Amino acid sequence: MKVNILAFGITKDIFGGPALSVDLNNDATVSNLKYLLEGQYPQLKKLSTYMVAINNEYALDGDTVHERDEIAIIPPVSGG
Amino acid sequence: MDIEIKLSVTTLDVQHCIDWVMSPECGGIDVFIGTVRNATKGKAVLRLAFEAYEKMAIKELEKIAQQALDKWPVQKILIHHRTGVLQVGEIPVIIAVATAHRDAAFDACRYIIDTLKQTVPIWKKEIFEDGEVWVAAHP
Repeated sequence: MKVNILAFGITKDIFGGPALSVDLNNDATVSNLKYLLEGQYPQLKKLSTYMVAINNEYALDGDTVHERDEIAIIPPVSGG
Repeated sequence: MDIEIKLSVTTLDVQHCIDWVMSPECGGIDVFIGTVRNATKGKAVLRLAFEAYEKMAIKELEKIAQQALDKWPVQKILIHHRTGVLQVGEIPVIIAVATAHRDAAFDACRYIIDTLKQTVPIWKKEIFEDGEVWVAAHP
């Protein structure tokens, strides 16, 4: 399945834009997604940390990704 | 409604924030105002650029406000946060909390700003004379 990924802050610089589309297996997890992205964009591994959000909620590595989910990469936050 | 949360691309209004939380049952209002500092680790900062994942940021801010309401006897909570480019001295964030007694106001206000900085998907970029850096991105 194809999923769209939103990027913010430094991940926008890493991906070269505010969104990208990746191909995942139908039963893919957050962990699978991170592995794929880190392969394509090794700079992700240099971040202090980063999270994945699914439908506006922080997701865990074992959570499943679905085709129509709103998926976002959340680099270290720095509001305030 | 006891909570007002807003992300704004325009200048935050301190007086509005105080007026909004003011209520007759309350004996005190605690206000935290974040301001853009002119330097970081000894290096001059020209300005900051803030970016938010707006839908999720609002949701996370609502969670924090609700947690504060659950933890302390708080009447009203307001959280306003800027996005866009801010010059030195401008205000990126205002948190206002109204309570019957002051201890809860101080505690809740501190909890809200501390948690905001840890969980809310908002990012700031420091812009220097010779470059720019996304804050906290790298170890």
